[in-house]
Amino acid sequence: MDSSRRRILQLLGLSSLALTAKPVFNAFAVEEHAEKPKAILKDGENALKAKQWALVIDTRQFESEEDLEPLVEVCNKVHNVPHLSEKRHEIKWIWGEHYHNAFPGKAARFLSEEVEHKPFLVLCNHCENPPCVRACPTQATFKRESDGIVLMDFHRCIGCRFCMAACPFGARSFNFRDPRPFIKEINDKFPTRAKGVVEKCNFCAERLAVGQLPACVEVSEGKLAFGDLYDPESNVRELIRTHFTIRRKQTLGTEPSVYYIV
Amino acid sequence: MKDKKIIITGVVIFIVIVTFPFWYNRGKAAPAPELQLTDKAKAAKVCVRSTEYMKAEHMQLLDVWREAVVRKGERIYVSPDGKEYNMSLSNTCLDCHANKTEFCDRCHNYASVRPYCWDCHIDDKLKEKS
Repeated sequence: MDSSRRRILQLLGLSSLALTAKPVFNAFAVEEHAEKPKAILKDGENALKAKQWALVIDTRQFESEEDLEPLVEVCNKVHNVPHLSEKRHEIKWIWGEHYHNAFPGKAARFLSEEVEHKPFLVLCNHCENPPCVRACPTQATFKRESDGIVLMDFHRCIGCRFCMAACPFGARSFNFRDPRPFIKEINDKFPTRAKGVVEKCNFCAERLAVGQLPACVEVSEGKLAFGDLYDPESNVRELIRTHFTIRRKQTLGTEPSVYYIV
Repeated sequence: MKDKKIIITGVVIFIVIVTFPFWYNRGKAAPAPELQLTDKAKAAKVCVRSTEYMKAEHMQLLDVWREAVVRKGERIYVSPDGKEYNMSLSNTCLDCHANKTEFCDRCHNYASVRPYCWDCHIDDKLKEKS
């Protein structure tokens, strides 16, 4: 092709003309985009809110395993927690533990007989500085900014169990087996878990979202109190202010949000 | 060009082998699956979005839903026409589409996709059992 000066000038002219067409295309593109309707995501109107949820357990009112049973039962039922009899496959969200296991370091050599023998209710402490969250490589477990609950996103969990190693409270369980055959009665409003994921207490996030208190608190007949730790007027702060309370392994600095009146 | 014959035979054999699946399966394409709607779904007429949108983008929609519910605690979906829905696979989607086998599964089997939602989420079969 011979490239004369005339031809090059013609091409330049055409190109600059083409450039002016770009805003027209843009306008079309925007219009098409604007036609797409937008949906809004929001939380429910009844949802209970707090800066950091906390639980106060009045251990004086729990005397035996039978006293804990309804609380554990209702939790297992609403969350489809399987019952595996083999100890190493066990799945636990909330359960009873001896004083010297629940509060190691706080157990004196000789204890009152009552404290020594009665079970203490333990569950995930929803720490303010949760080591499990730091250990998780996929951010499957995370501390929810809105209310401080340490939650699990089972979709993301790869079953590496770093969180179990990191949690100083043994609050996490791993599904070594498919849990479904071991669930006595399936609650079809809540999902089950699959083999290969870790699970733990979620402070009943699904109930808080619809304005209900956690299931264990509801059936405890006032033995448990649930509220906002950062609201000085809240019921939990009132209890903490007026009673002597302890927390599990406080010296580790994880700042547990579960307080025990002893 | 002494090997002309051999080369041509080879090329013909190659073409036959490569195109084998096409002419062997000609006219035997599986028909597109027909979806059945439950009476409830028929009565509702529209899903959370238009049918075209749901056909093409339900997986993206569900992904947004799961992110919002699990990680942000947002559980209400307000569709562009202002209706509110609880973002829940088992309790909202399967409430209308209670016939997973005739609805979800038919297309998924046809397209050979195997979503693992139902490993954890409760489907209609499990609902019947409980």
